[in-house]
Amino acid sequence: MNAGVVTVSYIAASVLFILSLGGLAHQESARRGNLYGMMGMAIAVLFTFANPKLGSVGLLIPVMLVGGGLGAFVAARVKMTAMPQLVAGFHSFVGLAAVLEGIANYLDPSVQHASRAEMFIHETEIAVGVFIGAITFTGSLVAFGKLQGLIKSKPLALPGRHGMNFTAALLCIYLSSLFVGHPGAHTHLMPLLLMTVIACGLGAHLVLSIGGADMPVVVSMLNSYSGWAAAATGFMLSNDVLIVVGALVGSSGAILSYIMCRAMGRSFISVILGGFGVEAGTAVAASGPTEQGSVTSITVEETAVLLREAKSVIIVPGFGMAVAHAQHPVYELTRFLRERGCKVRFAIHPVAGRMPGHMNVLLAEAKVPYDIVLEMDEINPDFPSTDVAIVLGANDTVNSGAQDDPSSPIYGMPVVECWKAGTVIVSKRSMATGYSGVDNPLFYKDNARMLFGDARKTVEAVFVAISAL
Amino acid sequence: MKIGVPREIYPEEKRVAASPDSVKQMLKLGYQVVVESQAGMGAQFSDESYRAAGAEIAPDAKSLWDVADIVIKVRPPMQNPDLGVHEAELLGEGKTLISFLWPAQNKELMAQLAARKATVLAMDSVPRISRSQKLDALSSMANIAGYRAVLEAAHNFGRFFTGQITAAGRVPPAKILVIGAGVAGLSAIGTAVSMGAIVRAFDTRPEVADQITSLGAEFLLLTFKEDGTGEGGYAKTMSAEFIAAEMALFAEQAKEVDVIITTALIPGVKAPILITEEMVKSMKQGSVVVDLAAEQGGNCEGTEAGKVVVKHGVKLIGYTDLPSRLPTQASNLYAQNICHLLKDMTKDGVFTVNLEDVVQRGTTVVHQGEIIWPPPKLPPPPPKKPVAAPPPAGHGKPGTPTAEDSRATQKKSLTILAIGGALLGLIGLAAPPAFLGHLTVFVLACFVGYRIIWDVTPSLHTPLMSVTNAISGIIIIGAMLQIGSSSGIVVVLSTLAALLAVVNIAGGFLVTQRMLKMFRKE
Repeated sequence: MNAGVVTVSYIAASVLFILSLGGLAHQESARRGNLYGMMGMAIAVLFTFANPKLGSVGLLIPVMLVGGGLGAFVAARVKMTAMPQLVAGFHSFVGLAAVLEGIANYLDPSVQHASRAEMFIHETEIAVGVFIGAITFTGSLVAFGKLQGLIKSKPLALPGRHGMNFTAALLCIYLSSLFVGHPGAHTHLMPLLLMTVIACGLGAHLVLSIGGADMPVVVSMLNSYSGWAAAATGFMLSNDVLIVVGALVGSSGAILSYIMCRAMGRSFISVILGGFGVEAGTAVAASGPTEQGSVTSITVEETAVLLREAKSVIIVPGFGMAVAHAQHPVYELTRFLRERGCKVRFAIHPVAGRMPGHMNVLLAEAKVPYDIVLEMDEINPDFPSTDVAIVLGANDTVNSGAQDDPSSPIYGMPVVECWKAGTVIVSKRSMATGYSGVDNPLFYKDNARMLFGDARKTVEAVFVAISAL
Repeated sequence: MKIGVPREIYPEEKRVAASPDSVKQMLKLGYQVVVESQAGMGAQFSDESYRAAGAEIAPDAKSLWDVADIVIKVRPPMQNPDLGVHEAELLGEGKTLISFLWPAQNKELMAQLAARKATVLAMDSVPRISRSQKLDALSSMANIAGYRAVLEAAHNFGRFFTGQITAAGRVPPAKILVIGAGVAGLSAIGTAVSMGAIVRAFDTRPEVADQITSLGAEFLLLTFKEDGTGEGGYAKTMSAEFIAAEMALFAEQAKEVDVIITTALIPGVKAPILITEEMVKSMKQGSVVVDLAAEQGGNCEGTEAGKVVVKHGVKLIGYTDLPSRLPTQASNLYAQNICHLLKDMTKDGVFTVNLEDVVQRGTTVVHQGEIIWPPPKLPPPPPKKPVAAPPPAGHGKPGTPTAEDSRATQKKSLTILAIGGALLGLIGLAAPPAFLGHLTVFVLACFVGYRIIWDVTPSLHTPLMSVTNAISGIIIIGAMLQIGSSSGIVVVLSTLAALLAVVNIAGGFLVTQRMLKMFRKE
């Protein structure tokens, strides 16, 4: 088969990838979108086998079988609550692959350059690809560790960390300049490897300095980086399908990060540069959760009575629901209430959970129909006409201080206005603060009732109590 | 400070601005309260009960207006027939008055009050926002009017409202049409339903459909689509086509129903005619129309304000004092509204007007002799779906900036464009054509990605990430192209890269599939 056919197949694959992402615009077309993605990938890979440049197939087939099996195994076994870790882990693979391919490309003796300018550009592409790949790799590993609970989720606040990042970036540029543009034998591997090591350190440090609550931004940002890494590899190999996919993924991740940042009322730049919010966090710890008066707690039985009388209920899930795996009992309760004629809906804050859309996936897993799961902006106007709001393991996303306390570090962040409902039941393990470390004035409101305990156990108990009524 | 509660002098007005309960609350806020003798008679509050609550009783109007720093009333000030003085003149210089005032209709009265250097809070001008609901006396009164309208209808209607099967035979339920589902309309619906009638309701604002059905009435749908939601929760005036369709609906309903209750009022405008004489003619003998808009001209042709008239065998009720016909309830609620207002405006026992506060600003129509009505417009409610709001131009993405900062943004984006152009020029000078081809692809793909991703529904963000994850496994192609290298180390590196990428591809697509399968609709 000639190169023209291969190129055409890449065009087809690129179109399919674009259709794939386009399909995700709506629930109805999403599955078709995923299918397009698979088709695109299959076409791209199969026709690459036909590429005249391809050498031995003998090694590739077993690699693909093993890798594919491994991927399928993980995909089938992973828990929906562990989605963020999985995605972060996968990002690190793309990053590492980009690094390996960049180094391999440099060492490949078959690569020849027609002119000095071409070589200069090519080696710059290698350097860029390896740099982004390395940051993605270690950054994603750290994010994985934090999400999995292997690394403390508290931001690591090294003194002078911005200076360190800056120096590391400068070093990387310097080493790249040593590496780029030397004709002849591949003797300048050392600067490249050194640069890789420094970039790895930089990636790890960037994510280490970001706190757990900012993980949705981090995960989508790494998503973006993995795309740019693929695009840089595409430039290096002069391969358009890689460039297209890289650009698609890169811009997708960038937009997601932007959406997440806006949802948290934060500056995009300060989050991706690492170490936002540390100042704010410590400042609040000093003022502490002391000043606000008392909270009112409620028992499971009282909750059941309240819910039985309610005509409309809005449930506001947060990371706590994911941790406790409470999505299934929540849906049991929802179904029970709906059968009794109560209008039950879910309010999702854009950054609830640890990655964009995390709550939607968990609720979908529990078979909650997606048309009763609403975005914050859609449902906020409905709280005043709602009898009971149940906050389930959410904290910062329902912090009323973001609206009425200008001294709050998260002042101005859009929040779910659950306190406007008749009664707010807050299910929480303890009075501890959320990831942002900010105390929540919601808990002290007159219409707020604290239901202490593990989210799953409390919801199950409420379900039992209300069924018995 | 002394709060004075005069007796209402409007003929047949039975309400009063304070109840014994509210007197207690005002005392608690740190005020003294003086009530004119007999002020609460119409509402069944005796002087004794006020005294027991802690109020002083002033023997007559003159002595009350003389001592009061703040006068609370129901009706706007008017000529006192017994004293031969206008109440505005009775109000001491620099004192405060709280009552219904209707500033739009009472320009002269406003000027009179301003001349007294008074501060006047109009209970009818409370801005309609969520926070001020507890002060909203109009809603309190409308609620009562709606309830009473149904009672008046039942009183004038010759049959049961509820359907019954009796030994003597079957009684069909009455059919009631309520036009306008504002506070009064909803209250009428609820009352009529609880009396057993079959209730239908119509409103130009589609979002009230839920409220109507939740009360047990049927929402009459027009096939014509137009949203009638105006500012402040009122309906707005509709287009001619819409009105024609609406009138056709009413004409059809008029033949069927036994009672029509109209509540269509747009503030400050003459009430629209919704029930024509033709429709009245087509109604059954003995039917009843209650027109809550009678004071502003009426929704029904032929109603007379304040009276019951019979036209074409149909009783047209045009009472304008429905709240006053439930005087105890109306006084209780009005007194509560006033208490909430006072609570908001009292700082450490002293009455203060804070014009920075939107609610107080809107309610205060005269401030220390200066007419400050109408207040600046409240910002309109935010649009419902700001989901696709574009990012700032700082990221080089297109945006729709607001008018005021558009110039700055324009300047900024021009700068960005210039820098971008210069960079492109430099690249164009130095780079080989092959690279430029790839750059074209790259830039275009970025824009395509940008466009597509904004369309993705937020609930699918996790699947979006896992699918982009899977397709970024396309990096495997790089590994495949290099795996045939003659250099051993290149082969090893490429094999490893291919392995990682394949895990990514398989895992990413399959996990996406798994997630998407879970999303289901009802």
